Amino acid sequence: MIAFLVRRAATLALTLLAATAVIFVMLEVAPGDPAVTMLGLNASDEAVAALRAELGLNAPPLERYLAWLAGMLRGDFGVSYTYRTPIAELIADRLAVSGPLTLYALALSTLIAIPAGVHAAAHRGRAADAATLGLVQIGVATPNFWVAMLLVLAFSTGLRWFSAGGFPGWGDPLEAMRALTLPAVSLALPQAAILTRVMRSALIETMSEDYIRTARAKGLSERQALRRHALRNAMIPVLTIIGMQFSFLLAGAVIIENVFFLPGLGRLVFQGVVQRDLIVVKSVLTLLVLAVTLVTLAVDAAYAAVDPRLRARRR
Amino acid sequence: MRLSPALVIGAALSLTAVGLAALSFFWTPYDVTRLTVAARLQPPSAQHWFGTDHFGRDIFSMVMVGARASIAVALVAVGVGAGLGVPLGLAAAARRGGWLDELVMRLNDLIFAFPSLLLAIMITATLGPGAFNAVIAIGIFNIPVFARVTRGAALSLWTRDFVLAARVAGKGAARISVEHVLPNVANLLIVQATIQFSLGILAEAGLSYVGLGVQPPMPSWGRMLNEAQTMIYVAPWFAIFPGLAIVLTVLGLNLLGDGLRDLSDPKVRRAR
Repeated sequence: MIAFLVRRAATLALTLLAATAVIFVMLEVAPGDPAVTMLGLNASDEAVAALRAELGLNAPPLERYLAWLAGMLRGDFGVSYTYRTPIAELIADRLAVSGPLTLYALALSTLIAIPAGVHAAAHRGRAADAATLGLVQIGVATPNFWVAMLLVLAFSTGLRWFSAGGFPGWGDPLEAMRALTLPAVSLALPQAAILTRVMRSALIETMSEDYIRTARAKGLSERQALRRHALRNAMIPVLTIIGMQFSFLLAGAVIIENVFFLPGLGRLVFQGVVQRDLIVVKSVLTLLVLAVTLVTLAVDAAYAAVDPRLRARRR
Repeated sequence: MRLSPALVIGAALSLTAVGLAALSFFWTPYDVTRLTVAARLQPPSAQHWFGTDHFGRDIFSMVMVGARASIAVALVAVGVGAGLGVPLGLAAAARRGGWLDELVMRLNDLIFAFPSLLLAIMITATLGPGAFNAVIAIGIFNIPVFARVTRGAALSLWTRDFVLAARVAGKGAARISVEHVLPNVANLLIVQATIQFSLGILAEAGLSYVGLGVQPPMPSWGRMLNEAQTMIYVAPWFAIFPGLAIVLTVLGLNLLGDGLRDLSDPKVRRAR
């Protein structure tokens, strides 16, 4: 178990290192000099040169890459070109919106999908199952930002239950949660559709296993066998998908945060891209890849804990 | 042979979308480049089925023309992904366990470590917005998908007797891959291509919606939704119809993919 996790962690660490290199190289070739962007087009050449020196842009790329990595390991992400504040602070501020939003959406998606998937599997081939599958097909095909627009149309202009955007801060937690509700629902619904399908098919597959037949032979009703034996085993693929959805939700939040004018990480990245504040983009992207990697490792660990067979397998 | 309802409905929806896009090259109810301010923001009516936008353009015509961009970007991105991913997957399976196999699988892991949409946004931001760069951004993610599917299916084929027979006959790995492995994974690849096509349409819509995809004056579904957002209170139909076009097209392609999969392998029917 320990050996398995160490091996997985080593692979993921290498992936992460390769990812930072890719991010660095990609933003290195990006057109546009950040010093020029910051000072405006009318800046004198001397001013630009001075700022380039201040930002450390004159060092060779490899040196800058290593300095950037070393800084991140110390928790020093550098200073934003445009905000003129340490990036670590910016990220911490934005994470206070994006973190809860992602978890809120993940919770909603799981709370919708698991009961829906179990219900559909238990009523396989009947009307409830067919209706669920139909809704799943529609959910998978719907872009989350369009869901967001429809929700705004229904609940903020029509019923006036929620505001159409903005974030009041965590001073009043209830108001803050209210502001995050429509964004979280629009992120969660398409993901819930995917998760429902996985839950349903995993459960149906498990129900055809030999040990379920044994349990039924011992006199358990189908429902009891499902509850006591099948559900736990069917959770394995569901767990993977929940882990994978974490990265989809983080990425989806970029667009949703723009729809609802939420000051989160996604908007930070997007504005960084538009304003060529590339050091912000680099740092946030690395952090997101780190988050995805850690979640992958957590899912692997959960897997290994649930299913001993997986520990022995190489890939 | 009975065709499943999924296949029929999926094929009908997909063909409608492609057909309307093709028809838009020759005919649309109204000219989408002509601005008629007098007819602005009209709700759906007999003259304008989907209503008009803030410039008085016919939204039905715009949805028809917008289909071109969405379909073209997604289709070419599938071509990029399959064009590079399938040979990589075939090569990895032919040299299974070797360094090439290892390299392909690790590159797969690397690309999957990035939240896809975020990297697509970064790529289009680095290279500049536009349809061509959107194709690259979406296509890159299709490469590992096709490589993985091809490798997985090809691996089991390499243990089969007919491949062994081909080896005994003196055929090299490359020839076996092309002549014996590829035809046997083709069905699977067609299904995967359908799925990636539908995901590409969603991704293109997302990129265009944030302004990084197809650029004005070319209409696209994502850009229409972006413009509609500020007018959602006065002209909800402007937000509804392009969105419906996306949902119906993606739904159609997904159903088509499911239907084709069931058709090519009756064993998996109803198993999912």
